[in-house]
Amino acid sequence: MSDVKVKKEKDPWFSPKNLSLLKKPFNIENPVTVQVLGICSALAVTVQMKPAIVMALSVTIVTAFSNLIIALIRDSIPSRIRIIVQLVVVAALVIIVDQILKAYVYDVSKKLSVFVGLIITNCILMGRLEAFAMANKPWPSFIDGIGNGLGYGIILVTVAFFRELLGSGKFYGMKVIPDAFYKAGYVDNGLMILPPMALMTIGIIIWIQRWKKPELQEKN
Amino acid sequence: MEHSNKYIFIYSLVMVVLVAVALTIVAVQLKPAQDNNIRIEKMQNILSSVNIPITGVPKGDVINVYNKYIKTAFAVNVAGEICETDAEKVFKIEMANELKKEPAQQQLPVFVAVLDKGDSAYIVPLRGKGLWGSIWGYISFKTDYNTVEGCIFDHKSETPGLGAEINQEWFQKPLFGKKIFDEKGELVSIGIMKKGQPKNEAHDVDAISGGTITSKGVQKMIKDNLTSYQAYFKKHLKS
Repeated sequence: MSDVKVKKEKDPWFSPKNLSLLKKPFNIENPVTVQVLGICSALAVTVQMKPAIVMALSVTIVTAFSNLIIALIRDSIPSRIRIIVQLVVVAALVIIVDQILKAYVYDVSKKLSVFVGLIITNCILMGRLEAFAMANKPWPSFIDGIGNGLGYGIILVTVAFFRELLGSGKFYGMKVIPDAFYKAGYVDNGLMILPPMALMTIGIIIWIQRWKKPELQEKN
Repeated sequence: MEHSNKYIFIYSLVMVVLVAVALTIVAVQLKPAQDNNIRIEKMQNILSSVNIPITGVPKGDVINVYNKYIKTAFAVNVAGEICETDAEKVFKIEMANELKKEPAQQQLPVFVAVLDKGDSAYIVPLRGKGLWGSIWGYISFKTDYNTVEGCIFDHKSETPGLGAEINQEWFQKPLFGKKIFDEKGELVSIGIMKKGQPKNEAHDVDAISGGTITSKGVQKMIKDNLTSYQAYFKKHLKS
């Protein structure tokens, strides 16, 4: 028995098992499109790509480190107050990220405004802490956090790409739709910059993913 | 595993203290950098309002550029008298706080820029309300205290693509050269008119389609703030 345990601890850092933790959230365990978590911020910060990318990175950092910290102290956490402990860890990390953004990338932090603070309420974080970090070792938990943060981020950036392109004719803040189009009568779709179209875009992504991956479809 | 109440209490106490200490350290460490960002942003806004290109200038150089152009700053009261001449104190005045005070106690900042062409320009801060939150900006006037030299607006949370466009050049540029006083020397401020509304070319510009409430907010902000300044402006007005 102890023999097996020793072997397990020598699991290489990037073993196939650990790598699958990183890959799954991009695919059949995507937090946004499959588990439908973190939708609120996906609606709010996807009007342009730059804030979406910073938001994705911030969420990734917070999920990774909160997973790591919770996994490190998981055995000492009294189960009756575990949600509070998780919240305190997440809230502290979010405040630190917010303060760092304010100090070093001030213009982006202004754009994200309240949404950085709202990472605290992002369901992905609590979901991963409860489902994974409370029961796993620090390193796999850290990878799981990065995977889920990026899995969330990729959807955020994809949605932001379409909303920015169709809503304001821009890519990462640069005009890409030529003036000739506008002269010929093309008009930016104003609805794309409003939240309803973010939901529709996510819906379309979910549809495509389920069409490509039949195993995600419910049986009846 | 079931823990005792004592364990839970001590655990939460230690955790809260540790987190508090960590956050305090972070906040204290980063405070100077954050304050500096806010200060530099204000300088950038003031410089932009007199059309000095500042976007490409590295953060560290903004202060030098600011000191090169903005030679004096003073504050006036609603009666039009100068009440504060210490440039550093004037820089720290927050228009939002001043507008909450009784008119008699307000200190209204005026920044004087000496432009490359040798003229002076007088910059005043603006503060108002848009559709969702506050909007603010700076507007500068030529030496006649009447013609707009330049302006800059920004907003907290206006609708992207609609009201949020007030911080774009296409919205701000048409204001340049407009006059805020009519021939009789009365303050008419700048009108921001929907397309199709009758426009007076000397005073009015186009509103943002779909951003009417924000546009009206900008119009009201300019008018309200300039009303506080009008005694001072009228003293120096050259028509």
